[in-house]
Amino acid sequence: MMNAFGMWERLLLGLLVLLLAGFGVGIDGFFTPYALSDSTFNFSEKGLLALAMALLIVAGEIDLSIAATLALCSLAMGLAMKAGAGLPLMLLAAFATGAAAGALNGWLVTAWRLPSIVVTIGSLSLYRGIALVALGDQAITGYPAPLSVLGNGYLGDLVGLPWLIVPIEFAVLLAMAIAVGVLLHRTVAGRRLYAIGANPVASRFSGIEVDRHRFALFVFAGLVAALAAVLLTGRIGSTRPNIALGWELDAVTMVILGGVAIEGGRGSIVGVLLAVLLLGVFTFALGMANVSGIVMAMIVGVLLIVAMVLPRLLRGRRVLLAGA
Amino acid sequence: MKGLQRDIALLAIIAAIALAVGARAPVFLSWRNALDIGNDSAILAILVMGQIPVLLTRGIDLSAASNLALTGMLCALAGRAMPELGIGALVLLALAAGTALGLLNGWLVTAFELPPIVVTLGTMSAYRGAIFVASQGAWISDHQIHPLIKGLPREQWLGLPALMWIAAAVVLAMAVFLRWRREGRELYALGGNPQAAAYVGIPLRRRLLLVYALSGALAGLAGLLWVGRYAIAFTELASGYELTVVAACVIGGVSIGGGVGSVAGAVLGVLFIGVVNGALPVIQVSPFWQQAIAGVVILVSVALNAGAQRQRGRPILERREGFA
Repeated sequence: MMNAFGMWERLLLGLLVLLLAGFGVGIDGFFTPYALSDSTFNFSEKGLLALAMALLIVAGEIDLSIAATLALCSLAMGLAMKAGAGLPLMLLAAFATGAAAGALNGWLVTAWRLPSIVVTIGSLSLYRGIALVALGDQAITGYPAPLSVLGNGYLGDLVGLPWLIVPIEFAVLLAMAIAVGVLLHRTVAGRRLYAIGANPVASRFSGIEVDRHRFALFVFAGLVAALAAVLLTGRIGSTRPNIALGWELDAVTMVILGGVAIEGGRGSIVGVLLAVLLLGVFTFALGMANVSGIVMAMIVGVLLIVAMVLPRLLRGRRVLLAGA
Repeated sequence: MKGLQRDIALLAIIAAIALAVGARAPVFLSWRNALDIGNDSAILAILVMGQIPVLLTRGIDLSAASNLALTGMLCALAGRAMPELGIGALVLLALAAGTALGLLNGWLVTAFELPPIVVTLGTMSAYRGAIFVASQGAWISDHQIHPLIKGLPREQWLGLPALMWIAAAVVLAMAVFLRWRREGRELYALGGNPQAAAYVGIPLRRRLLLVYALSGALAGLAGLLWVGRYAIAFTELASGYELTVVAACVIGGVSIGGGVGSVAGAVLGVLFIGVVNGALPVIQVSPFWQQAIAGVVILVSVALNAGAQRQRGRPILERREGFA
């Protein structure tokens, strides 16, 4: 089940091709290079969160505070800017905040033996609450231009090839997907994550430092949230307390739709990336068809459940009710 | 008894907070303010009573607030369309709609053996979106809401607001159910050790369906009362309130790991949140602090719970092989 391109991935790829073809025929102006490349802006940051979430879920953990961490990192950047810091220091503030937020989650999960689901529900409330206290109903704006280029620019303009209309954000997502994919599928550490997710006790007995891996994963999730915060803040040019509100649900949906088992130990990054593209294209097309955001959230919620029900129907139902 | 000591300690903390705030602002200790806090806590108490049985079975119902809002909206729409409806019919509608939404959660959890956390995360946004679809995004404001819906929470019975009487009745019924009814006792057994519970003949599926239906029914009732009390229904009603519900349970000593928790403790958890939220404006702290405080309190109480019962802490995302 550590296969990177199995039946589920093929199914997703087929669906993606079908969806692109369907929307290409059905919606005017959808199947142009510019529309397609611009559609990636919508999901690149979410896709980054999904990559980190995939590693956590494979290892049997979850981080519901990841979007709240993003908000906190964006806040840190804004406060650093207001304090007169330059761009490097602002980025440092974002990444330090992300690492600290992830480390707090990891510490509570490993040192106190708490279930990550409860810890991150609590820290979600805490991190989002801090953003609310610091900002109230205000917003921080006036970010420097290079940050906006990072969020809105194209790779081609950066390297002097104007025909290359790949958004920088999407390039970052692809690079991260390759890095995370290699880590999970081609390294010893990745193999250990599967082992931890499948059976943490047996993993510990076979000499894997389970808690150290868990802690590292939460810090990694915090750092990825910081990266997403830099891109998103650059793209929209402001920090509000409700920035990326509810994105943890989107990230979990992408991961589950990508074929990662919610109980851990199974799944691939290829599947997750395909699910990111699938959901991204889908919501972009709905947006072009004037479907409102809350209805899209509803569809995503339904998709999340369908994505969990489908593989169980395919695999056949078990007799004993396992694990509630 | 460990639980009793915990309850007494929590009661002492609540009293200390109330007295400390009262020392700075004597108005806080007045009968009127106590009534306000009781009124504000009544709906939370009803939701918490629905959440306890779910938590006892190692589950969680994150869709409670969305269920509340959807049912509230349905009642408001029904009341607007049919002004001749009596209060009995409206209450029945609220209970029926809430139960149906809860049963859907229970069905997904039992029929497909899905983790409740992810199922209810999905239905949370699905139900939320359904409000938008049902109301077409419009607000139902004061003058359009059925007078009987508005009247119910404002009535006074024996000198106390009806809202408090209804909450008290629900609390009493749940206390009797969990302490003296066989089905209630079985929930503790089920959460303590699902496998052993299955071996002694407790019907797991039926009990799980029951707890999700109960949680839904109480969320529905709370929806009717909420819409009546605040005389408004809209898509974002009570958005994020599910976290407050879980927070009250965790503060009150109901274990997320299942099998541990009492009605008395949870009521104290509700009271704690009521007193803190009531105290903030009195001591002139911005209400933006509420969410951050809730986060810290969740994390601290979960850590304390785990310290008191170290080997009981279990992940909510259960590994399967232990049960298969």
